[in-house]
Amino acid sequence: MPLLELHALLEASAARDPDKVALEDPARDTSMTYGELNQRADELCAALQDLGVGPGDRVGLCAPKSVGTVTALFAVLKIGAAYVPVAYDAPLARNAFIFADCGVKAVFVDEDLAEGLREEYAHSGLGDFITIESLKPYGANLCMAQASEGIEQSPPEAARNLAYILYTSGSTGKPKGVMHTHETALSFVDWCSEAFEPTSEDRFSSHAPLHFDLSILDIYVPIKHGATLVLIGESLGKQPLLLGPIIAERAISFWYSTPSILRLLLENGRLDAHDFSALKVVFFAGEVFPLKHFHALKRLWPHPRYFNLFGPTETNVCTYYEVPSDLPDSHTDPFPIGNVCSGDQAKAMDEDHQEVAIGEEGELYVTGGSVMIGYWNLPEQNESAFFTDPQEGQWYRTGDIVKQDKDSSFTFSGRRDRMVKRRGYRVELGEIESALYRHPSVTEAAVVALPDEDAGVSIAAFLTWTGEKKLSTIAMKQFCSKNVPLYMVPDRFRALDELPKTSTDKIDYQRLKTMD
Amino acid sequence: MSDTDRDSIIARVRRFILEEFLPGEDPEDLTDSMPLISGGILDSIKNMRLIGFLEEEYGVAFEAHEISFEFLDTLELITSTVQAKLAEKK
Repeated sequence: MPLLELHALLEASAARDPDKVALEDPARDTSMTYGELNQRADELCAALQDLGVGPGDRVGLCAPKSVGTVTALFAVLKIGAAYVPVAYDAPLARNAFIFADCGVKAVFVDEDLAEGLREEYAHSGLGDFITIESLKPYGANLCMAQASEGIEQSPPEAARNLAYILYTSGSTGKPKGVMHTHETALSFVDWCSEAFEPTSEDRFSSHAPLHFDLSILDIYVPIKHGATLVLIGESLGKQPLLLGPIIAERAISFWYSTPSILRLLLENGRLDAHDFSALKVVFFAGEVFPLKHFHALKRLWPHPRYFNLFGPTETNVCTYYEVPSDLPDSHTDPFPIGNVCSGDQAKAMDEDHQEVAIGEEGELYVTGGSVMIGYWNLPEQNESAFFTDPQEGQWYRTGDIVKQDKDSSFTFSGRRDRMVKRRGYRVELGEIESALYRHPSVTEAAVVALPDEDAGVSIAAFLTWTGEKKLSTIAMKQFCSKNVPLYMVPDRFRALDELPKTSTDKIDYQRLKTMD
Repeated sequence: MSDTDRDSIIARVRRFILEEFLPGEDPEDLTDSMPLISGGILDSIKNMRLIGFLEEEYGVAFEAHEISFEFLDTLELITSTVQAKLAEKK
């Protein structure tokens, strides 16, 4: 019988092999077995009940990743509530906004952050902080507190079975909460089982922070299969010299991260100095993987299978592509995003919601089991996020421009919101970035478009530059003019020591726009 | 040396392009034979400003069909075009 709730995955694995190690935390040198994880989560469940948390409620989570935070997350699910994880290192005012926005009933918070959060939360109030003693031996300094609901609202009817809400940055500047239920998450987790066939012998990395959607695969796939999850905390996750040895020594077999982290490992992780023979599968997602970095990684890690997983937080992963093991080094075109995952359907449509022909560009729409049920309390954005087909039901509009090939796999052309018109031509900023990556001295490239009085739109390129000679606008314009049409040549080029990143390690385009 | 010999024109036009369109760039990067229009340095708006400068500086006039990369793509071509126009005037 298929399991219908995420925490049932834990309960089933704990019943099968309670002494098997479920979680390892290399930074704190602790671990937890399936039996312990299930029992500690049950205990925390009782503590949450004492705070008045019940089915249909939300519970905030603001702490670094640890054995303790994963326990807390299962406790929330067991009680029938939804967890709302935030970046603990984001401004506390933003986190307090998120918790108030979805009206959390309680919060789990790192002890060091508790008082700060209380100050930001003052308008609606947090109760007394209760230290969670049972998690101290595992190196987790968590406490919990009751929260009075920030705004008066009842959850939407469909949100009754919510498992978690992940807040992503919204175009209005205020974060918006993507709602997933046990069903939508399990649809994705079950697809992972089918596609990648992990076993209880496998050892998964958990690199992404819990508020990042990559964490859904990280946590629930290994727990479902009784495998071991190696937690890589946020600060460790960005230290390539420590990360390389951990992947090797902890014999990680499934690795999942953004391409940015793989590049960091590649350039600074001394990958040639360790034994990575346990590595079977490398997943990457969240951004385009520049081919020159991919080829360099493949030279150091030739044996694993590589998968490009694609999909916004709203759909979990919706398409995937396995990189052919014999991909020649001369291949520099970006990877396709691949075929739609079983359980979902996808198609490219034009502005009139007509499916476009093979090879034509259209916007990617997705429907099926893994698609979110909507944004928390944003009726207008829910309206525009979905297209309702009278016959086929609701399709989520991804904002991604794609082409479908004859073999039915999709290729990503760019973001709808990263398309600009310049001199009458449609310009995809990502295509300029791909061209810049072909320059031997460019290690990172990001391109932004800004309003310009003369030209309507001006294009600025930001680069991390390893050339011996100083970055020259003249030379870069010459280079670009050989690789892209003239209307796509950037107006300005600037070298930075590193490109600004968001809390999920993606390039922070909003900040770049203020830096031009 | 007059202002209208080849080297003077090249130097003057180079200075104009650097000051107007490429502030802060190393003058040595802008070579005489470097493609300007087909190399992404001069777009149509910048071209019009360059023409305005050449017409004023050298007292010559450009026909519409001459505002193209055949006549203006490199410092060398710009200079030859200007010199030909000056010769016609005499």
